[in-house]
Amino acid sequence: MQQEKSSPDTARKKRIALSANSGKKAQKANHSTHPIVQLQNVKRIYTLGENKIYALNGVSFAIKKGDFVTIMGSSGSGKSTLLNMIGCLDLPSSGKVKVNNVDLSKLDDDGLTAIRRNNIGFIFQQFNLIPTLTALENVEIPMIFNGESPARRRKKALAMLKNADLPLEYANHKPNEMSGGQQQRVAIARALANNPPILLADEPTGNLDTKTGHNIMELLKELNAAGTTVIVVTHDPKLEEYAHTTIRIQDGEIIE
Amino acid sequence: MKLTKKLSAILSNNMYAELAKRNLKRQSVRTVLAAIGIIIGVIAISSMGILGNSLKLSVTESFADIGDKLIVSPALGEDYITDKQVDQIRKVSNIESIIPVSTSGEVIEYREGGTTYQSYVSVYDIEKEDLEKLVELEDGRFFKPGSTDCVVGYSVADNMELTLGQKIEIDDTKLRVVGILKERGMGFDISTDSGVFTSSEMYNKLYPDEDEGYDEVIVIVKDLDEIDAVSDEIEERINKKDELVTVFATNMITDSLDDVFRSISLFLMGIGSISLLVAGVSILNVMLMSTMERTKEIGIMKAVGASRKDILKMFLLEALFLGVLASTAGAILTIGGSYLVMELLVKNTSYLFTISSMLYVAEGFFFGIATSLVGGMYPAWKASRMKPLDALRYE
Repeated sequence: MQQEKSSPDTARKKRIALSANSGKKAQKANHSTHPIVQLQNVKRIYTLGENKIYALNGVSFAIKKGDFVTIMGSSGSGKSTLLNMIGCLDLPSSGKVKVNNVDLSKLDDDGLTAIRRNNIGFIFQQFNLIPTLTALENVEIPMIFNGESPARRRKKALAMLKNADLPLEYANHKPNEMSGGQQQRVAIARALANNPPILLADEPTGNLDTKTGHNIMELLKELNAAGTTVIVVTHDPKLEEYAHTTIRIQDGEIIE
Repeated sequence: MKLTKKLSAILSNNMYAELAKRNLKRQSVRTVLAAIGIIIGVIAISSMGILGNSLKLSVTESFADIGDKLIVSPALGEDYITDKQVDQIRKVSNIESIIPVSTSGEVIEYREGGTTYQSYVSVYDIEKEDLEKLVELEDGRFFKPGSTDCVVGYSVADNMELTLGQKIEIDDTKLRVVGILKERGMGFDISTDSGVFTSSEMYNKLYPDEDEGYDEVIVIVKDLDEIDAVSDEIEERINKKDELVTVFATNMITDSLDDVFRSISLFLMGIGSISLLVAGVSILNVMLMSTMERTKEIGIMKAVGASRKDILKMFLLEALFLGVLASTAGAILTIGGSYLVMELLVKNTSYLFTISSMLYVAEGFFFGIATSLVGGMYPAWKASRMKPLDALRYE
């Protein structure tokens, strides 16, 4: 079963914010010849004893640069697996995943690491900050792996935290000294540290109250308006209103 | 200088180092326990090394004359070294001095009030000038040629409670003690400590039928490196037809002593290294536990762009930190502890602050670091190979 969703025409909302205060250089959102993320007949099969479980069963779609996409589905529908494929955390059993027109199946571990480091920013439901490090240091981590100098990455991390609307006094706090919303802001700042063109979010509001969740989604919207392609995986229909495009997935197959 | 600056810059600015530090602090009790293992290992290795080394130093020191001397003595079946042979030795080059020695074993007596002290000694006939090259005076002066004066060794004076000016008797001949020698320890040339030295005239009067030759000739060479060549030349000249003399190079004993004590040191350090092996296993255990505990963190790091090499570096740095800290502590404790033990038990710490002893400390230090690195290697490798998704999902 294949479906292709190529244009965000049906999106409920299309807002291009002029975020001059974002500090981040806007990347050209359109006019690109190839989609930034492309999946072709992707299958992911787990074997449990003699049973084969199809987490993804032939999924195909493309996401345009600068799009804001939500992938909706109930738990166990395969939506997280899908996100992990795009984020180079998991590899398909068959089919092709292309990020920035690079076929992931042709990359070795170092190649996948490079994609994760420079093209993808990950936001998790559990925030997943390193507990021993302060907010600022957490944001520095991806830049360390990218070989940035200490002075530069410190400066940049502060700018990123400011960009994510974290009050400056929290920069030197450890994760357990911050609220969930603040932690997620740190996580977003970290995801953007190496200026990736793609931001992946797995239930980013799942551990937050409604108001904080809304604020976080507004932040993602702002970032998207500044040029970042945002892909959010969720089961919460309320998040749909922020997106240009929605992909619905059920039992490993796209239904809309 | 530049390097240390660079190193400190790396340590202060490097987040890997910072991470390693914090991760070690996070489980401080466990870190300390693992460090104690390494510390004990380092102490065991280096103190065993120092023990062996001190043993060697004290034994070699008691052989006072080891080094630049050759002892020429009559071969089996020969009674004396003749004047002719001494003349032949004189023709050999690279010789500093030649000291012909005549000696006889003797029981001497000394009467004080009603008691008679007796002692078995070696009576020597060595020229005064030559004697000065071999021994040092503790008290008094050397004998004058032709006099009835004598100089006695340290043990002789000590055993018989002799003081300067007193008279000892050899076969009813009285000799006046004018000098007492410094203690010198065992020797291959002459038995200084149990010796009685007197003038040639006196010696010939005591032993009139022993003027055919000498009991041994001590040859001092100019340059220690030439000692084998000199020894060969003497043998060549004198032992042309028959084996008339034996030449004994005193440095031979140093070589074999070195061998023996190297084996002893190695054996002792082998025992010490068992504890380091145990320490290595405990490091392995500690690091393995912390990789398990931090599986999720490793997953996060990988998700945000850490390569295998980055993860490997992080964990190895942690092991290195642990190793360096514990080994430094071990080295300091070893030096401090050895100093204390030597000061209290032997009251002599000179053996500790020698290059060879310090080398053993350095050896322990580096073995300590190497052990923790080896112990940390497998866990680091394992962490670096984790699949990011599995690691991320680990709870």
